[in-house]
This record gives sequence, C-alpha cells and structure tokens, in this order.
Amino acid sequence: MTAAPVVSVRGLRVYYGTLRGTVRAVDGVSLDIGAGEVLGLVGESGCGKSTLGRGILGLLPDGAASKGDVIYGGRNLVGMSEKDLRRLRGPDLGLIFQEPMTRLDPLMRIEDQFQETLEQHEPGLSAREVRKRSLETLGRMGIPPTRFRQYPHEFSGGMRQRIMIALALVLRPKLLIADEPTTSLDVIVEAQILRILADLRRNFDTALLLITHNLGIVAEACDRVAVMYAGKIVEEGLAGDVFAEPAHPYTRELLRSTISLDTKELHSIPGAPPNLITPPPGCRFHPRCPDAMAVCPTKEPVEQHLAHERRVFCWLRGPEQAIPAGGTSPLEREEIAVAEEA
Amino acid sequence: MQRKPELAGGHASPSAHDSALVSIRGLKTYYSIRGSFAQRLIGREAGHVKAVDDVSLDLGRGEVLGLVGESGSGKTTLGRTLLGLVPATEGSVVFDGREIVGLRDRDLRELRRKMQVVFQDPHASLNPAMTIEQSVGHPLEIHKIGTSDERRRRVAETLDTVGLSPPEQFMVKYPSDLSGGQKQRAVIARAIILNPVLLVADEPVSMLDMSVRAKILELMLELKREFDLTYLYITHDLATAKFFCDRIAIMYLGRIVEIGPSRAIYENPRHPYTKALLRAIPEPDPRRKVPRDLPRGEVPDAARPPLGCSFHPRCGQAFEVCGWETRDLRDLLEQRWAHQVEEQYEAERALFDDISVLDSSAVHARLRTGRGIPGAALAGLLGSIRDENPSEPFWTGVEQVATETDAVDIRWREPLSPRATGVGDVQVECHLYDDAALEEAARRREEGSPHTTVGGTGTPTRQGAPEGSA
Repeated sequence: MTAAPVVSVRGLRVYYGTLRGTVRAVDGVSLDIGAGEVLGLVGESGCGKSTLGRGILGLLPDGAASKGDVIYGGRNLVGMSEKDLRRLRGPDLGLIFQEPMTRLDPLMRIEDQFQETLEQHEPGLSAREVRKRSLETLGRMGIPPTRFRQYPHEFSGGMRQRIMIALALVLRPKLLIADEPTTSLDVIVEAQILRILADLRRNFDTALLLITHNLGIVAEACDRVAVMYAGKIVEEGLAGDVFAEPAHPYTRELLRSTISLDTKELHSIPGAPPNLITPPPGCRFHPRCPDAMAVCPTKEPVEQHLAHERRVFCWLRGPEQAIPAGGTSPLEREEIAVAEEA
Repeated sequence: MQRKPELAGGHASPSAHDSALVSIRGLKTYYSIRGSFAQRLIGREAGHVKAVDDVSLDLGRGEVLGLVGESGSGKTTLGRTLLGLVPATEGSVVFDGREIVGLRDRDLRELRRKMQVVFQDPHASLNPAMTIEQSVGHPLEIHKIGTSDERRRRVAETLDTVGLSPPEQFMVKYPSDLSGGQKQRAVIARAIILNPVLLVADEPVSMLDMSVRAKILELMLELKREFDLTYLYITHDLATAKFFCDRIAIMYLGRIVEIGPSRAIYENPRHPYTKALLRAIPEPDPRRKVPRDLPRGEVPDAARPPLGCSFHPRCGQAFEVCGWETRDLRDLLEQRWAHQVEEQYEAERALFDDISVLDSSAVHARLRTGRGIPGAALAGLLGSIRDENPSEPFWTGVEQVATETDAVDIRWREPLSPRATGVGDVQVECHLYDDAALEEAARRREEGSPHTTVGGTGTPTRQGAPEGSA
C-alpha cells in the first residue's frame, strides 16, 4: 500500500462480560485497509471476526468494551461519542449484513428506503438528485429503474442483497464492512455478488473489509487476506502469497480442510477453537497445531515480517533469539479426542 | 471396502435395476398456492408450484446419489416425498419393493424405521429440552423397542459409533452444551439407531465450519461401509458432492436436467446449467478470479416457470426452440435500462405504453407505444438493441416483429420442452443434445422472416462430443 490507509486499526481489543467470565473476542488486532482495496478476513466461527468488523465501526454488543485505536480520517473511533459515531456511519462507514431481508423495511418501497437514507445523511440534496443517485447506484448493482417503486418482498434473495449493497453504497462510504454477505445465497448468485464486490474498487474507491469463512471467496475477490484465530490475527498478506504458500500452520490447515473441486483427500483440523474466556497460553493455536514446539505454550508469538508486507505470528518463523534453549523441540502432548471437535 | 453395484449409466430404465433400493417413476409433487380469500370462497386455487415435476430415477443398494441444485430446485421436496413426509401428486416411489405413494400413515411409520433423515441445521434438529440420551434414544421409544436398560445400552453404543465417546459423558448433556459438529454427530446417531437401510442427508454439512465438514463426511462414509447404508445426499455444493457421491443428479426447477456417474459429470459436464454451477464454485486458488461468464439472474419463480426449457432465460447457449417469450423481452429491456443514465432510460421508456403486458407468459405480445409515438419508433428501438448485441440468444426466438401505427406486434417461435437424451453414460435434458430439436431449430431458421434475420449467432450443432473431449 502506498497511499495512507483509509482506516488504521492498532491493538484493538473488544471484551464482553458473560455469566461465565470475560470473553476476549478481539484481543489486540492491528490492520490497515487502503482506498479501493479489498481485505478478506477469514476464520472459523467464534474466532471473533464478526466482532472485529463491528468493533471497527464502534458497534459493540451490550456489556462490551473496546480499547486500542481505530484511526479514521485522523480521528480515533474508539472512545468517540455515540452521537459522533452515528454521524459517521452511513456517509463514511458502511456495513452489509448476511441476511438482507432482516435489514430492509418490508413496508417501504425501495424508492422510499433510498430517499430516507439519503435525506437523513445528506439533507441538502434535491429530490431530483436523490432519485438520480439512487437509480445510478441501483443500476450498477443491476437493479432496473422499472422496479424502483416495488417492495422488498417482490425481489429475489440475490436482488435483495444487491439492494442492500446499493443502500450502503449510495452514501459513498469510504470504508465498507461486509459480514458474510453471500452466505445465505446460492452459488451462482454468490459469484454474481462477489463480482460486484470485487468491482467496487474500480467504481467507488471504497476500502472493503470482506468477512467470510469461505477461503475460496477470499482467493477470488480479495487483494489481501487476514487470517484470524481465537481473537487474534495470525497471518496477513497478499491473497496470492498467503494461499500459494501459507506461513502459519493454521492458515495451511484451514486451506487443506477446505473442500473444493480439486480436493483429493479429506482433511480436517483436530480439536476445536478454544473458548475466548480462558484461551490457551502462548500461541492459542498450539493445542491443535501439528508443528507445535516446546516454546509455543509458554510464550506468545511475536509479529514477524516476510516479503511483500506479509506478517505472521508463529514461532516457526522466529525470531530465533527470542526462543529459549530447547524451545524448538516438538511439543509433547496428549492425543485430541474426536469428542473435543468443533 | 464395499463394492458399488454396477450401474448402467444414469438411465432410469425400468429393467436395468432389479437391485434398486428405491425406484422413482414419473414422480410429481405439486404444492397448491392459496389465492386470496375471495378466490378461496368460490373454491378456486391460485395455481400450483411444481416442486417436483416428472422425475424418474433409481437408487441402487449401497449407492450414494447426490441430488444437487440451488434453492428452489425442488431437491428437498424430492427427498421429502421419497420419505413420505410430503404426499406425491402423481407417480410412483418403490422403496425396497413397496410402493410408498398413497400409503397410510401407520404403514409409512413402519417403513420409516428403514429410512431416516439428517437435516441441515443440527441446532434445530435436536430438542433443546431433551438430553442427548433422550434425543438419540427417542426413535427406540417411538417404535417401542427394548427395555429402558436395553435402550440405554443401544444409545451408548451408537454414540460411540459416531465418535461421541465416552458416551456417558455425552448422554447427560443438552444440545446447547455441544458444538455444531458434535450436534450433527448426535443427529446422525439418532438417524442410525434403528438400523435403517436408507439415509436421506439434506445438506448435512452446510452449516458447519470448513474445519469440521470433512470429519462429518468421513463419518458418514464410515457408517455407510459399516452398516451397508444407501445415501441420498441432497446439497447445493458440488464440491462436497464430488467427494462423496457415486452418481450425481442435477436438479433445476423441479426437473432432473442431468444425471450420471460422478466422474462423467465433473470431467465432462453437458448441460449448460451443470457447467455454470461448476464454474461458480469459489476455489481457494490464488490464480483464479471471479468468473465473468455467469448465467444472469436467479432461479425463477417455480409457480410461473419459463416456457420451454426452464433454464433458457439464464442460458448463454439457448436457441430458437428453447422457449423464448414475453418475460424474456422484459428482462432484456430492464437489464439494458439498469445500466443507462436516467435521461436515456426515461427517453426509451417513454416509447412504451404499458410494459406489464410482457409479464404474462406468452409467445405473442402487442406492445402499444406511448402517447403520440409511432410504432416505427418502438420497432426502431428494438432493432437497434438487437444490432448492438446480435449474438444475444434472445433474438433467435423472435419469429416476427410487425410494426403498426401505434404498436409493435411481436411473435416468438413455439417452445419445445426438452426431453431426456442419453449422451455417453449420462442422461441430459437439453435441446443441444437432441437431434430433433436441432433440426427443428434449423428449419425455423431457414423459414425466418426478414424481420428476424439474426447476425452473429452460430448454428448450434449436436453437442454429443465423445467422452473426454471436453
């Protein structure tokens, strides 16, 4: 990335209280997203990827608290008042959800939903401009003007999701977070939506964080990818680099367990992701890691930089001087029972 | 390793499969749509959805058949009809020598011991108020099998079989204490506890994390070997089906459009829909980018299916006989307008009076022009749309465009319904493989009026390419 990033996340923590204890859903995450860039965020369910996406926008669950920095436009979104945040959401920060039907008002025509959104955030616009902007954005998503006055239920699932994306884009946000935007769609429609999202960078110059559990989606639609495990980023880099040669064993195992048309044999990761109340000490992946060493449960891995602005948190990548004597010998441990799986 | 029965291709010929465990012939499952209150008062229904529309197939003993399609394809309804959970409208389902269609509930219940089902959502499949022991043992209780001690022992054994061991640890738990993968194992335990011969698995891994899917699929393969099970694997995911299935049936809008051995389907897909499905699967390969040549649109409303071949509006290879009609013209216009600036759209739209005449499905439409607009102007627009993209398959279906003073009268060619045709060892329902349909198309092309001369569209030839030349 050459230009200054649209958003810079540094040491972000999102914790929330439950009856069983404090859940550290996001635990010290740093990342940047540039204008016109698509960053994929992948991980298993419960790894904190959705909480991270919402945490960046300051949307926290009840009883949650966040620490660290989310720098957007020279201001820190962490600790910003709800009133100021609300002003940014929409015209600056957008969010696309998984299930479009729950987010569109079923009693409002598409036209009225766009009108309401635009009038709320850009009160100066004339009715003509509102219509023009709405039709233009909908058109880019392939929604014809002839259907502008219809209600959400009159559209198919894929069209609703495109309307949702248009509703976020009509405000021309600089940062857009899409949380599993295609998970409830069929594979052909999913590919259509991914194509639209991948084209965003050309048409809108938006910085996009695409949250997904599907590595295939990342490979096809993202410039860079960040892999998340148990509240932390374990590896980040250009999607092509990371997929061609994963640097973290978790990335490698996740790739191997993805069932695709090229899959020759089935593979799965033993065990299950840890609960985030009492995560394992040291590297959180060590109980499931086939390459774990003696050092892994004792010290938290430090960030290591590889070529092409790639970073990884794994003792296999060093630094050697930080590993205590004997730390590189294989970790001895008990067999993981099937019953422990996810 | 158990041997698969030798299957003579994907054909559902009645004689070939005396060994078939399930034999489905001409099966139709229609749902009626309830109309308005007034319509119901006068005893009229608003129509019906042909969820399963004339399906014939065999499921051999010990076979894994993948039933693949998008939502709305009817794959789940087919599975449910086969289990007797949904009444068939017409046709026959013979399971293990017994006709299921029309069977009384009591007799069905007895048969259901032999056929079990695993649903997609393990969270919704288990009663949250029942312990795992109660849930898994419930079928034994319903069928009054064994004493409570014997049931308990059977539950423990079964939990052990599906990998939930030590069983004592899991029997006392509630579904909320289990992870997604563990819940799906419990659901599978409940499905196999009665020693069924057939398991219908409806998207059993779709809601699970990638890291667990393989384990559940492996478990299902192990169980198949150990208990001699036959599977109907219902899924939208061609990637897991490739790994799991001996044969694949591709469903679209109630019909099986292609069926054959897995290898043939994946190495040499014939139906344009099968090809599209395979192309759309996201692959974790950094060299691949999102495909651009995807079918447009989505699965249409099954209550008002397209004429001719249901897939034709989305098919890049469709031609004269595939069923072009009024609604396709509306789609064509709308897609054009979606990408125009507002002024241009307003100007073109003003040439038309009411375009909703195109909403009723027909091969004839009289499009009135807007106030004071001559018919020639509207015909001119249609002509220039065609000239901009002469290879658009839609135009092959237009038979005649007649210009009137204040209207344009359009006639499309009569649609042909695709027939199942054998190609190699697969059976495919597509005009591209049907010599009669291709001949008919060629004949119509020659007869074509000067209004419909279409440039740029190649003449389709029979696609019966020899094996392996894809």
